Amino acid sequence: MEVGIVGYGVYIPLYRIKVEEIAKVWGADAERIKRGLFLEEKSVPGPDEDTATIAVEAARNAVKRAGINPQDIGAIYVGSESHPYAVKPTATIVAEAIEATPDLTAADYEFACKAGTAGIQTCMGMVGAGMIKYGMAIGADTAQGAPGDPLEYTASAGGGAVIVGKDGSQCLAAIEDTYSYTTDTPDFWRREMRPYPKHGGRFTGKPAYFKHVLSAAHGLLRKLQLAPQDFTYAVFHQPNGKFPLQAGKELGFTKEQIMSGLLTPKIGNTYSGASMIGLAAILDQAKPGDRILVVSFGSGAGSDAFSILVRDGIEAKRDAAPMVADYINLKINVDYATYTKFRQLLVR
Amino acid sequence: MGVPRFWREIPNRYNLIGTRCGTCNKIFFPPRYICPSCRRTGKLEPYKLGGKGKIVSYTVTYVAPNGFEDQAPYVMAIIELDEGPKLTAQVTDCSPGQVRIGDRVEMVFRRMGQEGEDGPIYYGYKFRLA
Ligand SMILES: [Zn+2]
Repeated sequence: MEVGIVGYGVYIPLYRIKVEEIAKVWGADAERIKRGLFLEEKSVPGPDEDTATIAVEAARNAVKRAGINPQDIGAIYVGSESHPYAVKPTATIVAEAIEATPDLTAADYEFACKAGTAGIQTCMGMVGAGMIKYGMAIGADTAQGAPGDPLEYTASAGGGAVIVGKDGSQCLAAIEDTYSYTTDTPDFWRREMRPYPKHGGRFTGKPAYFKHVLSAAHGLLRKLQLAPQDFTYAVFHQPNGKFPLQAGKELGFTKEQIMSGLLTPKIGNTYSGASMIGLAAILDQAKPGDRILVVSFGSGAGSDAFSILVRDGIEAKRDAAPMVADYINLKINVDYATYTKFRQLLVR
Repeated sequence: MGVPRFWREIPNRYNLIGTRCGTCNKIFFPPRYICPSCRRTGKLEPYKLGGKGKIVSYTVTYVAPNGFEDQAPYVMAIIELDEGPKLTAQVTDCSPGQVRIGDRVEMVFRRMGQEGEDGPIYYGYKFRLA
């Protein structure tokens, strides 16, 4: 395919809420939930943050790492299920905020938690075809679960951005190939004008997450004739801390290959941001020659799998912007009352 | 604030684009289009500020105007940017007790407000402790 990653960046809000804080309100057993979901706390957006502000911060970090002129970016795609406007693209706000306007194409994507990786594939095609020099794909969300719903423990906020360009000396990683697996599976949805999503409970597991993640991973491995031991790291979409470890195990990956990119236990499920922030956390520590498997999942349902080969360029670019760990370690824990006020669930 | 006025100010609100006088090198933010010292001989060009600076003074707003009540108490500060110009901005992601004069700050991109539930959303710069 001859395309690669020229820059990447993330953003995670400062605030966190612990499982205990939420469980206390609903009379639930916090220890059981923490064990069941393999999760301690989740990120919470500040009252002046939304998907657009998160996308902009991640995009600015990606541009810093890439060290490119933003005017050379020919396409921006923002994937999210929580765009601030129903009609008015988040991508236009991002494009203006990184000074990439006006010579570019831009659009918003929506495919539950995999809209960001769908953007990466579009950019790969456009760069590969010579239509654009660089393309930027962003996955960002400020996800909400209905109060009292199990989703409330995990639905969090964050975003990741990737700049795709032709593979070469300025790349920090090559994208070897991609493979997608898509079906019509009603595991999770949100209807128009409704504030919270609905989901099929246990149905979200086997026929949805596992079927698509495993099929996409198998498809890519078959296409590239690679086996799990050919990869140094693997990152799977992480709606909770448990699913990705289970999926990895079924595919034949070890816990060690998965742990570097598993961030849900500390920040929750950042939806469209999740697999992209996971990839970023791995790039923050990977060495040239390392191979990374990335498999996203979006309810509805589909998975995009990528094989990424880290290049020498990583060393020079890594320190140009804050790392995932910097954002994870800098935090303020809030109580449930503050959380509901921040999320506009409490209105005076 | 009307939509056209906000739209005109997008370059300085999103990216701290001010102006610099090519004759005396003075930098202005918000942008000026006539240099007060050089007048007619001034040559003003767009100039992007780096977004880093320090707090020169600040106040804590407890009684907030409409639309900002839920953020109170919040810190409004006069910030001197490293390039020289001073501006007034909110210091976000902090409690009032954390802020001191002389603290280093950096620009962040945040929601500034909205015109009701069905109006436009305004974005722009705020600062956070660096
Ligand atoms: Zn002058």
